[in-house]
Amino acid sequence: MPNREARNAVDLDDLYRDVILDHYRQPRNRGALESASIAAEGFNPSCGDEIQLSILLEDETVSALRFGGSGCSISQSSASMLTEALAGRSLADARELSGHVQDMLTDDGFDLDQVDLGDLEALSGVARFPVRIKCGLLAWKVLDQALARAAGEEPREYDDIPTRITSN
Amino acid sequence: MTTAALDIAAIRADFPILSREVRGRPLVYLDNAATTQKPRQVIEALTHYYSNTNANIHRGLHTLAEEATAAYEATRSKTAEFIGAAHPQEIVFTRNTTESLNLLAYTLGARLRPDDEIILSALEHHSNLVPWQLLAQRSGAKLRFIELTEDGEFDLDQARSLFNPRTRIVSVAHMSNVLGAIAPVADLVEFARAVDATVILDAAQSAPHMPVDVGALGVDFAAFSAHKMLGPTGVGVLWGKRELLADLDPFLGGGEMISVVNREESTWAALPHKFEAGTPNIADVIAFSAALDYLSAVGMQTVRDHDYALTAYAMERLSTIEGMEIYGPPGPERRGAVVAFNYADIHAHDIATILDSGGVAVRAGHHCAQPLMRVLQVPATARASFYLYNRESEIDALVDGLREAGSRFGLSV
Repeated sequence: MPNREARNAVDLDDLYRDVILDHYRQPRNRGALESASIAAEGFNPSCGDEIQLSILLEDETVSALRFGGSGCSISQSSASMLTEALAGRSLADARELSGHVQDMLTDDGFDLDQVDLGDLEALSGVARFPVRIKCGLLAWKVLDQALARAAGEEPREYDDIPTRITSN
Repeated sequence: MTTAALDIAAIRADFPILSREVRGRPLVYLDNAATTQKPRQVIEALTHYYSNTNANIHRGLHTLAEEATAAYEATRSKTAEFIGAAHPQEIVFTRNTTESLNLLAYTLGARLRPDDEIILSALEHHSNLVPWQLLAQRSGAKLRFIELTEDGEFDLDQARSLFNPRTRIVSVAHMSNVLGAIAPVADLVEFARAVDATVILDAAQSAPHMPVDVGALGVDFAAFSAHKMLGPTGVGVLWGKRELLADLDPFLGGGEMISVVNREESTWAALPHKFEAGTPNIADVIAFSAALDYLSAVGMQTVRDHDYALTAYAMERLSTIEGMEIYGPPGPERRGAVVAFNYADIHAHDIATILDSGGVAVRAGHHCAQPLMRVLQVPATARASFYLYNRESEIDALVDGLREAGSRFGLSV
């Protein structure tokens, strides 16, 4: 059994991976797209984290994304990584990826080896900090809302993370 | 100032939870403004009640009911004595401070007319804001707000200017749960008396941490919670001047609060039972008695002195960290044992997570005071809050944890 202090250090390193801290300090694609096809926002009422996403869709493809908002390193880096990971993906592909990331954060049985999530794998450690999972999920819930609308579906309501479409 | 007046080791030995570990480190519990830990005397009072006395009160004619009623009413008397109330009938047990304040908003509020005014402050906890917002919506009354100075204290000149003949109620936090600032109660009472307004004190943070004498303060009502002062959760206190409480209509209807019930109408029980509908939280009220005994034995001035010394030490240590912003009054003189802060660009939630990994429990977020966060222009703060069992070494642990956070986020520490 590893000594307790060492185990703790590993725990925090799991959460604050270099990739996450890098995206927090130097967020990618921060701002808003004036030409956005769709924009959505969400917030976490229990802690005040906010994310806005604006998305440009061209021929069923996510061609550009920007994010805005404020909050902790997990919520903001998750959004920053989202914008990098999704650019250039088809709508269907983007929604599938979002499902994988959310499963990774919430499903104990999720197998990291089954899907290639690239840098997004850095978020896997968040699952071990139950009170921080919502921080990691926020941007993805906002994305779901936006992409559901883009696909002509009725967006889902999340009781604990209110999201809404702000323009489309 | 030293903390020699308190035998901290002996006090800590009374709190079983303080010997547990969190993530492999000794628990450093610095979230006392949210709730305090319980001494074994309170825990034992609770189990003793359920093991020996459990019965419903005020009705039964058997021995257990008689004993339970006596213990419940003895807590009422003890609570009255603890805050300098003129009579035990002035003490109403509720679920928490929030319910006490809602009781007042409903009962006092029934008399308000459109354009009557209610004065609150910019730093109120949601529990002393939202009930008045609901009342304003029902009655058409207007909310007015006392603004804060740069130091996070009430701006007295601006406060004075708010009082006018339409002012019916002024309700403020005696001690801020974020800034620690202690309200200038005497001034507010003076302003209120001049216009015949009712003064309500949200004493949730002050009653646990300093001597509170409602008679000397000169207010009309005060509300606080047992769980923030070593007692169990689920017990709130509403104190009101007897003649004012007697004049109010009931809040909740049901058993216990009636005198004669007919099909179409009823008459009300005498104070304080008029405001205690249904079976109350008997066990927790009775256990609260042990908490009051504990605090009385230590002495509330001693608690205040200990808080003062810890707050001074914490502010001094924290201010040595570059990039640390501490909110509220600059020194411990006019503040309670609450230190809210932000550290450079590290979000308060990240600070709380990193501190927790070292066993240090603090609160992070808006502290149920979102309008105050907007005044401070921050989305959230971290908050360390102390009580009689905390020691300077625990503040050192806090500072060590903050340095760890700084180094993780690439700050020079």
